[in-house]
Amino acid sequence: MTVLFGQLFTGISIGAVLLLVALGLALTFGQMNVINMAHGEFIMAGAYTTYVLQQSITGAGLSLLVALPVAFVVAGTTGMLLEILLIRRLYARPLDTLLVTWGVSLMLQQLARDIFGSPNVQTRAPDLLTGNVAVPGGLTVANNRLFILALALAAVTALTLALRLTPLGRRIRAVVQNRDLAAVSGIPTARVDRTTFFLGSGLAGLAGVALTLLGPIGPTMGTNLIIDAFLVVVVGGIGQLKGSVIVAFALGVLQATGEYLTTLSVAKVIVFVAIVAFLQWRPQGLFTLRTRSLA
Amino acid sequence: MTAVTPAPPSAAGAPAPTDAAPPNRPGGRSRLPAAAGFACGAALLFAVAPLALSDFRLALLAKYLCVAMVAVGIGIAWGRGGLLTLGQGVFFGLGGYAMAMHLKLADAGPGGMPDFMQLYGQLDELPVWWRPFASPWFALPATVLLPMAVAFGLGSLVFRRRVRGAYFAILSQALAAAMVILLIGQQGTTGGTNGLTDIQGFFGYDLDDPVNQRMVYFIIAGVLLALLALARQLVHSRYGELLVAVRDSEERVRFLGYDPASVKLVAYVVAAGMAGLAGALFVPAVGIISPALIGIVPSIEFVIGVAVGGRATLLGPVLGAVAVAWARTALSERFPGTWTYLQGLLFVVVVAFLPGGLASLWALARRRGAERAEVSTS
Amino acid sequence: MTLVAAVAMTACGSRTSAEGGAAGVTADVSGDTVKVGLLNSLSGTMAISEVTVRDAIMLAVEEINAAGGVLGKKIQPVGEDGASDWPTFAEKAEKLISEDRVAAVFGCWTSASRKAVKPVFEKNKALLFYPVQYEGLEQSPYIFYTGATTNQQIVPGLDYLKAQGTTSVYLVGSDYVFPRTANKIIKAYAAANGMTVVGEDYAPLGSTEFGTIVNKVKSSGAKAVFNTLNGDSNVAFFKEYKSAGLTAAAMPVVSVSIAEEEVKGIGTQYLEGQLTAWNYYQTTPGAANNRFVAAYKAKYGADKPTSDPMEAAYVSVHLWKAMVEKAGAFDVERVRGASDGITFDAPEGLVTVDGRTQHIAKTARIGRIGADGLITEVWNSGKPVAPDPYLKTYPWASGLS
Repeated sequence: MTVLFGQLFTGISIGAVLLLVALGLALTFGQMNVINMAHGEFIMAGAYTTYVLQQSITGAGLSLLVALPVAFVVAGTTGMLLEILLIRRLYARPLDTLLVTWGVSLMLQQLARDIFGSPNVQTRAPDLLTGNVAVPGGLTVANNRLFILALALAAVTALTLALRLTPLGRRIRAVVQNRDLAAVSGIPTARVDRTTFFLGSGLAGLAGVALTLLGPIGPTMGTNLIIDAFLVVVVGGIGQLKGSVIVAFALGVLQATGEYLTTLSVAKVIVFVAIVAFLQWRPQGLFTLRTRSLA
Repeated sequence: MTAVTPAPPSAAGAPAPTDAAPPNRPGGRSRLPAAAGFACGAALLFAVAPLALSDFRLALLAKYLCVAMVAVGIGIAWGRGGLLTLGQGVFFGLGGYAMAMHLKLADAGPGGMPDFMQLYGQLDELPVWWRPFASPWFALPATVLLPMAVAFGLGSLVFRRRVRGAYFAILSQALAAAMVILLIGQQGTTGGTNGLTDIQGFFGYDLDDPVNQRMVYFIIAGVLLALLALARQLVHSRYGELLVAVRDSEERVRFLGYDPASVKLVAYVVAAGMAGLAGALFVPAVGIISPALIGIVPSIEFVIGVAVGGRATLLGPVLGAVAVAWARTALSERFPGTWTYLQGLLFVVVVAFLPGGLASLWALARRRGAERAEVSTS
Repeated sequence: MTLVAAVAMTACGSRTSAEGGAAGVTADVSGDTVKVGLLNSLSGTMAISEVTVRDAIMLAVEEINAAGGVLGKKIQPVGEDGASDWPTFAEKAEKLISEDRVAAVFGCWTSASRKAVKPVFEKNKALLFYPVQYEGLEQSPYIFYTGATTNQQIVPGLDYLKAQGTTSVYLVGSDYVFPRTANKIIKAYAAANGMTVVGEDYAPLGSTEFGTIVNKVKSSGAKAVFNTLNGDSNVAFFKEYKSAGLTAAAMPVVSVSIAEEEVKGIGTQYLEGQLTAWNYYQTTPGAANNRFVAAYKAKYGADKPTSDPMEAAYVSVHLWKAMVEKAGAFDVERVRGASDGITFDAPEGLVTVDGRTQHIAKTARIGRIGADGLITEVWNSGKPVAPDPYLKTYPWASGLS
C-alpha cells in the first residue's frame, strides 16, 4: 500500500518535471508553431547558470533562489537571440524550424563542452531540499520533488494569469488565433513573437535550475527530456496550457505505474502506445483551439 | 491558426518559388536529359569511383549510398508528400536487423546459434521469431516487406485520423525512441546496445575479402540507381501529381473526391520500403547493425541530408545525403574536437537560408543564365 | 542483380593481386616516427567519460616521447572522434588502420563500441588496447584488455560484501550488456554463497528518472545495493537515493562505474560514505602514482582528478612500449608474442600481462568515497589477481559461459 502511494507520488513528480520542461514548449511550439529542438539546450543553459552562480554565491539555498530569475533571463535571452537571428525567417516553414534548431542544439552542446569541459559538473543542493518529509502511513515524500511540483504549479499559474490578464497575454492570444487580423488591428506581431519566445525559453531555463536537484548537469542533459515534452504538448493540444498540464501528470502517473508493474523500458513503450491510441481518438489533442482557418 | 503547411508551399498561380523544383510536369521535361544524367551517374558510380578510391574510401562510399537510398524515400514522402518522417531509422533498422539475423544464422551454420545468444541470453535454442530468418527466401523479402508492413499499420492509423504536420513528425520521432528502447531491452535475443556485429559472410562470400567488399559496393550502387529510376517513375505518374496536390492543399484534394490518407499512406510505405532495403544492404557493407542506427539522432540526420540536397527534387536528396555523410567523415577526421560546430552550422545555414537545398543553387544559376541570355538577345 | 554481381567480379578481379589480398595491413614504421591511433568519443553522450581517457593517453605518449620514444622512434598520435556511435567507431578504426597505418590503437569505452571494432581489428590483424573494466567473456587475439575483467572487480566487490555480513542485495543497472552480464554473475555468486538477490532493475541508457527504482529498493529491505548504472544515470540515482532518506550507513551502494571523475559530477553531498570497486584510486599509495597524479595535474589542472579508467589507459601505452621493445619490432604478431610476462610499475601497483588471455593481473581495491571527493581504500586483494575472463576457476560460475 505504502509502495502504491509512493508510486502515485512518483508519478506526479515525473509529471511535474515533464510539465516544467513542456511549459516553455507549450508557448514556443503550442502558440507559435516553432519546433525548437534546442529547447533542451536552454534547459542546459539554466542548469549551468546555477553552477556558475554557485562559484560566487556559496550558500546553496541562496544561490538556488538567485539562479531562478537569472537562469530565466539567460535562457530567455538566448532564445530571443535565436528568434531574431533564425526563427524569424522560418515562421512560414514550421517543420524547417525543427532542422535548423537541431543544428543549433549541436553547436550549443559543443559550446558547453568547450566552456565547462566534457564531464558533468556538480551543484550543491540546500540541505533542506535533500531531505524528505514523513507522511502518515510510513510514506516519505522527497523535498526536492515537492519543490519542483510547487515550482511547476507556480509557473503554470503565473503563465495562465499572464496570458489571461495582461495586455501582453491578450496580444499573444490574438496573434495565435489570427495573426493577420492581429496585425491589421495594430498589434506588432514581430515583437509579440519575440517576447513569446523569450518567455518560452526562459521557462526552459527555470526547468534547468530545478533539474539540478534531480539529475546530471552536463552538455547532453537536455536531449533526453525534450521528446517526452513535445509529446506532452502534442497530446495536450496545441494552443492550450490546460491540456499540457493534464497530460503531463497523466503521462507521469502512467509511466510510474508501468515502471512498477513491468520494467522501465516496457513502461516507456506503453506510454508511446497509449499516445498513439489517444491520438486516434482525438487527433488534435485533448483540447483544441477553435480557429477560423481551414483545418 | 493556419494549417501546418508542409514546406515549401507553392500557391497556384503565384510564380513558382525557387526553392521548389517544379514537381508537376507530366512525363518529365524530356526523356533525353534524364537518360543522359542516369548514364552519367552510372558511369561515375561504376567506373570512376572504384578506380579513384581506395578500398577503405570505397567502403565508406557504399555506406553513404545506403544513406542515399533512405534519402530517396524521404524525398518522396517529405519533398513530394509533405510528410516529415523523423522515424526512418526504424525502417532502416528493421531491414538491417532482418538481413543481419539471416547472415548471423548463416555464419552460425545449420542448427547453430549466434554467439551472443549463449553469452548474454543463455538460450539453449533459437527463439521462435528468429527461426524463419534462417531461410533467405524469408529473410530477403522481409527486409523490404517488414518495414512496409509496419509503415502501413502505423500510417493507416495515423493518416486516417488526419494527424499531420508537426504532430506526425513528433510522433514518428517517438516511434524511433520506443523502438530503440524495445530492442535494447531484449538483449538476449537482439544483442541489446551492441546490436548484431561481426558479420562474416554474405551468401557464401567472405566479407573480409576486399574483392567481395567491392561486389557489395556494386550491388549497392546498382540498387540505388534502380531506386532512383523507380522514384522517377512514381513522381512523374498520376499518383505523383496527386501526392504533390495533397501536400499543397489536402482539403482541396479531399473535396475533389480523393482520399488523401491513402495517397499519403502509399508514399510513407514506399519510403519505408526503401529505408528497409537500405538497411539490409548497409549490413554487408559495414558489418554491423545496432540501435545506434535507429534512434532519433540518425533519423534526423537522414532528413538533414535530404534538406541539404533539396527535398523536392529527385537527385537532390541523394546528393545531399552523400554530401552530408561525406562532410561528417571529412570534418571529423580533420577537426576531431570541433567538427560538431561545423556540422551544426552547415545544417543551420542550408536549411535557414537555402530552403531548396543545394539543388536550388543549380536552378538559380540556370535561371540567371537564362536571364542573361534574354538580356543579350534583346 | 546477377548482372551487377558479374560486373562487380570482373571489374575488381584484376585489382586484388596488386593489393596483396586480405593478409592485413602492416603499420607504416618507415619514418622516424611511429603513428598510434587514439579512438575515443569526443562528442555525444559518452564524451563525459571518454575525454579524460584521451587526456591520460596523451600524457603517456608525451612521457614516452620525452624519454626518447619507442625503439628510437617518436610516437605520433592520430586522434579520431568515435562520437558515441558504434558504427562510427568501426569506421574510424578502419581509417586509423588502413589509411594512417598506425602501429596500435588505444581507446573505446562501452562494450558496444568494443564489439563494433573487434571484427575490424581481427580482419586487419591490428592491435587495440582497451582500457575500461568490462563484462568479461571475451578474448580477442588482437585486443589487450588493461581494465579489470569481472573477477578483478565484481567478484572482489561481492567478497567484500560477504565478509561484511551482507545477506541480501538489490541489483540496479543500466540496460545494456555490462550490467546484465555482471548481474548474471552476481546472481550465480549469491546462490552459491548464501546471499539473496531481492530485486533487479534496469534503467534505459541515459535515463534520469529513478523515482520508481528507488521506491522499490527502499521497500525491498535489502542490506546493500550493487550498482552497475552508467554515466548520467548515476547522478539521478544518487540524488534520488539521498532524497528518499537512504544512507550509506543503512544500505550501502557498491558502484563499479563511479570513479573520481564521476564523484566530481555528482557531488559528495550525495555520495559520501558509499563504496566503489576498482583497481586504482587517486589516493593509492606509491611513488609511481605520486608521479602520475602530479604529472596529470601539472598538464591538465590542479582540480582534475585521476581515475581508474584513466590510469588503465595510461598504463596501456606504457605496456605497449614495453612489448614493442621486448619484441624489438612493431610487427603485431611479434608484439603479441612478446607480451606474456611484461610487467610495469603502474600507479595502481605492479601489473603483469598475461599473454594467454591478453588481460593483465591487477590488484582489486574496494574504496569509500570521502567528503573531499576522493576515494580511500578500505580493502584490497593483497596481491594482483590473475585475470579470468571466463571465470573458469570459480566453481559457482560453471553455468555461465
